[in-house]
Amino acid sequence: MDDLLTDALRQLLADQCTPQLVREIEAGRPAAPFWKLLEESGFADAMVSEEMGGAGLSLADAFPLLELCGTYAVPVPLAETIVARAVLAQAGLERPPGSIALAECAASTQGGLRCDRVSFGRVADWVLAARGSECLLLPAREAESTPAVFPLDARLAWTEAGVESALRIPGERDLLSLRACVIAAQLSGALMAVFTRTLQYANDRNQFGRPIGKFQAIQHQLSVISEHTFAARTAAQIGCQSDGGMPDRLRVAVAKARTSEAALEVAALSHSIHGAIGFTEEFDLQLYTRRLHAWRQAAGSESYWHGVLGEELVDRRSGLALDLLRATTDM
Amino acid sequence: MSALDSLSLTAIPPEDEALRGEVREFLARAMQGVPAHVRAKSWSGYDSAFSRELGRKGWLGLTLPKEYGGGGRSPYARYVMVEEFLNFGAPVGSHWIADRQSAPLILKYGSEAQKRFYIPPICRGESFFCIGMSEPNAGSDLASVKARAIPDANGWILNGQKIWTTNAHNCHYMIALVRTSGTAEDRQKGLSQLIVDLKLPGVTVRPIRDLSGESHFCEVFFDNVRLPADALIGAEGKGWEQVTAELAFERSGPERLYSSIVLFDEWLAFVRTPQGRTREALELAGRIVAQLAPLRAMSIAVTGKLAKGESPIVEAALVKDLGTGVEQLIPAAIADDLYSRQPQDIPMELLHTLDYVTQVAPSFSLRGGTRDILRGMIARGLGLR
Repeated sequence: MDDLLTDALRQLLADQCTPQLVREIEAGRPAAPFWKLLEESGFADAMVSEEMGGAGLSLADAFPLLELCGTYAVPVPLAETIVARAVLAQAGLERPPGSIALAECAASTQGGLRCDRVSFGRVADWVLAARGSECLLLPAREAESTPAVFPLDARLAWTEAGVESALRIPGERDLLSLRACVIAAQLSGALMAVFTRTLQYANDRNQFGRPIGKFQAIQHQLSVISEHTFAARTAAQIGCQSDGGMPDRLRVAVAKARTSEAALEVAALSHSIHGAIGFTEEFDLQLYTRRLHAWRQAAGSESYWHGVLGEELVDRRSGLALDLLRATTDM
Repeated sequence: MSALDSLSLTAIPPEDEALRGEVREFLARAMQGVPAHVRAKSWSGYDSAFSRELGRKGWLGLTLPKEYGGGGRSPYARYVMVEEFLNFGAPVGSHWIADRQSAPLILKYGSEAQKRFYIPPICRGESFFCIGMSEPNAGSDLASVKARAIPDANGWILNGQKIWTTNAHNCHYMIALVRTSGTAEDRQKGLSQLIVDLKLPGVTVRPIRDLSGESHFCEVFFDNVRLPADALIGAEGKGWEQVTAELAFERSGPERLYSSIVLFDEWLAFVRTPQGRTREALELAGRIVAQLAPLRAMSIAVTGKLAKGESPIVEAALVKDLGTGVEQLIPAAIADDLYSRQPQDIPMELLHTLDYVTQVAPSFSLRGGTRDILRGMIARGLGLR
């Protein structure tokens, strides 16, 4: 049952994916040993069918696992690999060992392919990218890698020859929505981590002879954090509402837009409550708030997805807005 | 971890969702031709004839047992019904409080005689209730209410005053939170809920004009009002707990999301025209959807908990605070959108609707518990010591 799987992954990450490990991999320590550990645990095959050796979870069932990747700031694309392997399995293809990042790509002027701002692009083994009527599984090692803004991200470019030798997965797939979906789930996890830590801090930190959580201003800020966190989590769950492996674009729009809005607010409020100590590198809060910003920015910030929803509501529907709300939230 | 971890996506059961078609068909006919600025009043629109018609259709008291004239349906059925009413801007104000919380309160705490007396007329849409809680010096600090009912041979003698009582001037009864024992220092202890027949001698109802020019709420004065013994609902001195449970009903429904929805749909109709469509407007429309959709899901999840007999007070408060934020964002953002355009493009009816909602918007986060009180409650409910 997926509760057991969720608990097992939570335990594994609590034990192995420590803030120390996250810092080390961000600083450039090889990610391969940690990935190997995850690979051996089997979680990367959670959405691969049972006949093919996985746990056969749907996207909806896999949400708690994807969310945990954010809660523990997992510095490798475990969430992305879970959904990418489902894509490969569903197409009847072998899944190579190694982690898979999802990316949007464009043809480069030299005839090859370029993927800008690949989340986890610096540590992934493979990159799954959509190109027209097919998808490509490209080896990250063979790309020219230049740093992007977030330490684990990269811009990756392959030559024409490199592209030729990539594995092809026939069929047009909305990989941008898939990527936004798993980032929204990780945002949900990171928001929960920040909320929990900030609540703890407000209870533990004493000033003026009492915990700072006794002050109304702090209570209100925490309340706002919790509101965004739970609305974002609901939105991320909505994004994963799919019986199959691929999400619904409009639900993803709700998920990515709402989690991104929440990320901005919660990052700011959590730093406000933590005061100066939360501003240090040594304190763990920054591991999460940097991710809140990075994931808000990745795969379309909120305005992009607001545009997607707005186009649907304005251009493709008549009648009550309620009916679009129902379409995205009904189960 | 916390109470909110169990707030997960919940489906409306198909048998309850099935109500929607019939209700929508009725509303589409009933509200045809009613201008947006009137429909925008939402549940502040009073129409006792409309309420009686809904009663005749069996659409009031939907969750109450059939033996008392109710529909015997689940909270989800009521959710679907109310969602349609609000999105069409139907004038449900007369029966609103009776149906939403007074009848469920009487069902939960009332004697058999009280249930048989009060509930059937509520279900018929013939009996309207208001809530007597706030007083001039007891708003957020509700436990400091001073209205007092002293027991006598025949029942109670009530003295005091209530204020901000929505629709009291159109109601038959008030359920009032009053002190029946102890002193003010006892605060939550010694308070009771009494059903007050507003026609009794000694009751004076005075409507208060609000800044939009309407008179929805009232002052109500009690001058030696003689109440029968069975005016007491529930247990003497247990009024505070009863009120707190009532609040979960009051705060959990779709009305915390849709106070501005008639305005939003009216604006949308404009944005869907060639002269109305802009990129900014599209993104604003999408932003509102992205905020409302998760809230709808959370609101349904809270309904699911009510259906299981739980009392999701913190969850309901959280949904209310977020929901009223979106309700207030809608007129503010639409105003910026419309008034940055050329004036000749904008339909007047849309501007009237916007003006009305703009004026009443502050009340969204005041009624049913102010934002400040709710946020303190949420924080403490989530584990802040």
